[in-house]
Amino acid sequence: MQNEKRNFAKPLIVVWTAFIVLFLYTPMVSVVLASFSKKRYFQFPVESWTTRWYEKAFVSLSVRDLLATSFSVAILVTILSVVMAFFGALAFARYDWKGRKLFQKIILLPIFFPQAVLGLALLLWFSVLGVTTSWVTAVFAHMVWIVPIVTLIISIQVYSFDPSLEEAAIDMGATRLQTLWEVTLPILSPGIISGSVFAFLLSWGNFPLSLFSTGADQTVPEWLYAKMVSGYTPMVPTLGSLMMGGATITLFVSYVAYTLFRARQKRRLA
Amino acid sequence: MIRWLSQPGVRAAIPATMFLLIGFIGPLLMVLGYSFMPPRTFSLAQVPTFANFISIVTDSYYLSFVWSIFLSVLAVSLLLVICYPVAYGMAKIFGPWANIVTMIIVVPLLVSENIRLFGWVLFLLKNGIADGSLQYLFGIKLPSLLYTVPSIVLGLIYVYLPFMLFPLVIGLSMVPDTLKEAASDLGASRFQIFREIELPLAMPGIMIGCMLTFILSLGSLAESKILGGQTVIMIADDIESAFTFAQNWPKGSMLSVILIIFSGSLVFFLFRRIDLDRIIGGR
Repeated sequence: MQNEKRNFAKPLIVVWTAFIVLFLYTPMVSVVLASFSKKRYFQFPVESWTTRWYEKAFVSLSVRDLLATSFSVAILVTILSVVMAFFGALAFARYDWKGRKLFQKIILLPIFFPQAVLGLALLLWFSVLGVTTSWVTAVFAHMVWIVPIVTLIISIQVYSFDPSLEEAAIDMGATRLQTLWEVTLPILSPGIISGSVFAFLLSWGNFPLSLFSTGADQTVPEWLYAKMVSGYTPMVPTLGSLMMGGATITLFVSYVAYTLFRARQKRRLA
Repeated sequence: MIRWLSQPGVRAAIPATMFLLIGFIGPLLMVLGYSFMPPRTFSLAQVPTFANFISIVTDSYYLSFVWSIFLSVLAVSLLLVICYPVAYGMAKIFGPWANIVTMIIVVPLLVSENIRLFGWVLFLLKNGIADGSLQYLFGIKLPSLLYTVPSIVLGLIYVYLPFMLFPLVIGLSMVPDTLKEAASDLGASRFQIFREIELPLAMPGIMIGCMLTFILSLGSLAESKILGGQTVIMIADDIESAFTFAQNWPKGSMLSVILIIFSGSLVFFLFRRIDLDRIIGGR
């Protein structure tokens, strides 16, 4: 009886899921459509298409500046967060120590915190400490939010990690550093890689924290927001599409690199 | 103390803990300090006062709180209904496909929030995609869709959907199928199984999803600004203008403190009732 009802519910759930996926991608498709539209003001159905806005974006020096700022912030955030989060994840999930439960909660708090308010609190913090805000302070601000997220991602990998492998390496005469390099890091590498990809892309696309922490510098999402509020220009969807393109390429490249890396690792072990 | 410090777990926790003390706890304590300073002052070395709190309660500032809570409750309830079937499918039906669906849903999270919200502006705009297609196909002219309360709710639902969905998936996959089969064999109806077995066992995931989406939408800024125009002022708007245009740090701080205490007590309540090792590590 129950199985019959399941069979009736199953296609409905599949259709609903497909609808939700469509819903999630609708605005992204809209942005790409608008970036190829020739008119200065977006109108649908699009009457004539053009790649003019992309040509303009590629030669524009201010666009290059924006991309360079966003990229520098994201790459620094990635490196610093992953190092910090790697150790954080070991403390989160690997070792048993007094205070661990409290540590887990402190790590999670910034994720559960409204980002705009965090950005404003940091703005206040910087100005009281006398730190001039620039893209460097934006790195700091992004990390307050991204270190916990990456810690969580690596922790998931650490939970499935068998500590006796480390002990075995030590028993067989490996130093602590060797164990870390030859045993712990390779086993945790899937978590570390997905953590880095998340760190990079979340920083690359972040808006609420950047808004209050970059000072005179500007990242792409901030520029886009300023233009959205002050009036439409075709550069907004164009740069938006370029940002999405950048994210897709990052995802794709890291996926391929990861697959190759795994294949090599397997061959080494075989 | 020294023995405690020499544990490997403690040493591994030090960098992240120190960083969050400087980058998170410090700023919050300072915001708390400023919230009791006299309005429109910029120093912490003054006699504490409740003036900011009183002016928030007596002026119409509480309205933005009411709006924020109302819109967040609405978004969370709709999200729960929207996400539950999808989460059920991902936890119980899709099998190996669930990983692919997960990836498809995670990818938009990696695109800047305001680009995606701008996509909805293009979709809902007059002569935009929705209006334009309806005019083209059926000759129907829509009333303005953008800059309304429903468009803000749409934005909230859109942005926070994954934050409801994934906790629900974790919650629902903690419900063992054998238990449901046993109940069914013993004659329980589908509704009874849902109410007596599925809901209670999936409750940690449901609670995390609801709390997370509620807190995030309570503090949201971009949705009401980009999709709402100036229709509704949400609490984060008020906080932002107090800190920036009005240059009234103490008032902005007090508004933040109220928001933090409100959402913080929810988080505290949640953390007391769930075991993180079990949910994240599946232990």
